[in-house]
Amino acid sequence: MKRSVIPLLTTLFVLVFFYLPIVVLVVNSFNASRFGGTWEGSTLEWYRMLFRETSVWRALRNTLIIAVGATFASVVLGTTAAFALHRYHTRLQRLHYTLIYTPLVVPEILMGMSLLLFFVAAGFELGLFTIFLAHTTFCISYVAMVVLARLQDFDFSIIEAAQDLGAGWWTTAWRVLLPLLAPGLAAGGLLAFTLSIDDFVITFFVSGPGSTTLPVRIYSMIKHSKNMPMINALSAILLVVTFAAVWGSQRLTKESHA
Amino acid sequence: MDDFLVFENVSKSFGKVRAAADVSLTIRRGEFFSLLGPSGCGKTTLLRILAGFESPDSGRVLLNGRDITQLAPNERKVNTIFQSYALFPHLTVAQNIAFGPQIAGWPRAQIREEVDKMLHLVQLTDQAHKRPDLLSGGQKQRVAIARALINKPQVLLLDEPLAALDLKLRQRMLIELDLIHDEVGITFVYVTHDQGEAMSLSDRIAVMDKGRIEQIGTPAQIYEAPRTSFVAAFIGDTNFFEGQVVELLGGDYSRLTVEGFPSVECFNDNKLNVGDLVYLSIRPEKFRISRERPEPAPHVNAVQGRVADVIYLGSLTKYWVRVQDYRIAVWRPASRFLLDENPITWNDEVWISWHGDDSFMLERYSESDEKLMEAPPEQVGDPNGHGAAKP
Repeated sequence: MKRSVIPLLTTLFVLVFFYLPIVVLVVNSFNASRFGGTWEGSTLEWYRMLFRETSVWRALRNTLIIAVGATFASVVLGTTAAFALHRYHTRLQRLHYTLIYTPLVVPEILMGMSLLLFFVAAGFELGLFTIFLAHTTFCISYVAMVVLARLQDFDFSIIEAAQDLGAGWWTTAWRVLLPLLAPGLAAGGLLAFTLSIDDFVITFFVSGPGSTTLPVRIYSMIKHSKNMPMINALSAILLVVTFAAVWGSQRLTKESHA
Repeated sequence: MDDFLVFENVSKSFGKVRAAADVSLTIRRGEFFSLLGPSGCGKTTLLRILAGFESPDSGRVLLNGRDITQLAPNERKVNTIFQSYALFPHLTVAQNIAFGPQIAGWPRAQIREEVDKMLHLVQLTDQAHKRPDLLSGGQKQRVAIARALINKPQVLLLDEPLAALDLKLRQRMLIELDLIHDEVGITFVYVTHDQGEAMSLSDRIAVMDKGRIEQIGTPAQIYEAPRTSFVAAFIGDTNFFEGQVVELLGGDYSRLTVEGFPSVECFNDNKLNVGDLVYLSIRPEKFRISRERPEPAPHVNAVQGRVADVIYLGSLTKYWVRVQDYRIAVWRPASRFLLDENPITWNDEVWISWHGDDSFMLERYSESDEKLMEAPPEQVGDPNGHGAAKP
């Protein structure tokens, strides 16, 4: 039977569509040309420049502080929400579910605006703390959904078995519940972390002076900087870090299965 | 009789469903006690109350004279084997078994020693370092048993422990459970809907229906002398006939009328009186079936009919005999002779007979009490779905 070339072409097309821009970006980060239209010889100048640019490093620090904080808070709150949704079935729970689910579908710009209005009305000073609150707000929903999916096929008789064997509430949570839910919590946490790290729209609304995060910083560099290729270099670094993180987490999950 | 484990007027409802209705029950030390009944009869609820996972709406549970009704599950010297085994998937077999002792804070060396002993008891020594998901159903079952027994509970609760196993494995685990019970001497409370399991394992059985205990007794008592029509129909197979007591004879026998039968003599242990409406119950294996009319003998009843169906099962042949409007199930064990020259077969004229001691009467409260006739759908395993009731 003759094999059709259509699947091959589709695959190639998708790959090109997905990865060509990224390849162009990485290549350009080594391009001596300031505008990247033509190849004018390789250089590491942009990387050197990037490492001297302190505003980028400050933005990265802000981003990480917010991401770690929002991840932690949303994992705790999201998990408790997922538990509540899973264990109790009342009419109020429908409302609860809707409330948790809504942030996933509400346009970001709407969330950003409403949060900004709220913070201003409540007299919050815009800054790292308001960004942290905003990120936690939408990350809770993602964590809750991921953990809830995990709980659906969780055998709760295991919890009863632990109690039956003499474990109190804390021991059960620590020795049985936590280890078994760890993959779900990690997945939810990772999702929250990545969402927080690259959020632009909401952050743009609720950030204040001195609380610029990396995405916001990159945006303003594109608009104002004469050194565009520096952003390419920054993006290339982010790319490497992301791939490393994905590869690492996949290895981890594989090991936990073995 | 000692009062080791006592349920005192225990009631529990879930919404409108009464899972336990004023249940009182005493279980003896070291006993293998079964709670038997159809699904939804409340047997699992009683077990969960005993384990501490549910608390009763009213009533008390006493263990060894101590009121444990309000104790949390982890404060009771009671361990459970769950239907789904509920092994900890992130721990090895040995770690699963060591869970209870670790929580109780036993010294390390003692834990190791006891775990080894348990692994040996359930023959899993070579599986000690495997995760549960690598084990077969029967092995998981044995881990669950070991994990519970290592805590030396005063009572071991078993919630349909064999339900998830295939038939062959079930037979083997049945024997193993029995051996383990003999070896450890702990009181077992066993919940099942399978009368075969309950009959073969139990010292005593409580038959439950709709949150009530219908009868408590040894397997033989429950099979041979059921006290209610529910028990008679639920345990084993039986033929029911509506009748009425017409005469009390000497030696605990009564004469009764059954429509379409000549007068019938039946043992009367329930102290029924003349005029009482009864169900006459005769189990299929209690009949004799023959071509010739049996010799008349005291207390032996006989009726004539025609074979309507025959099912040959090897060790057993099942006949359905039409007598008047009844289809009567008659089970006859295989005869010694391979070649029965003239075996009874379809459409043969036969006599079926039974001794009055082998039948029993249950009181029927009104002529229109049709409950029983519709109750068990597969009453006598009849291929056409009819019991001995009129078709």
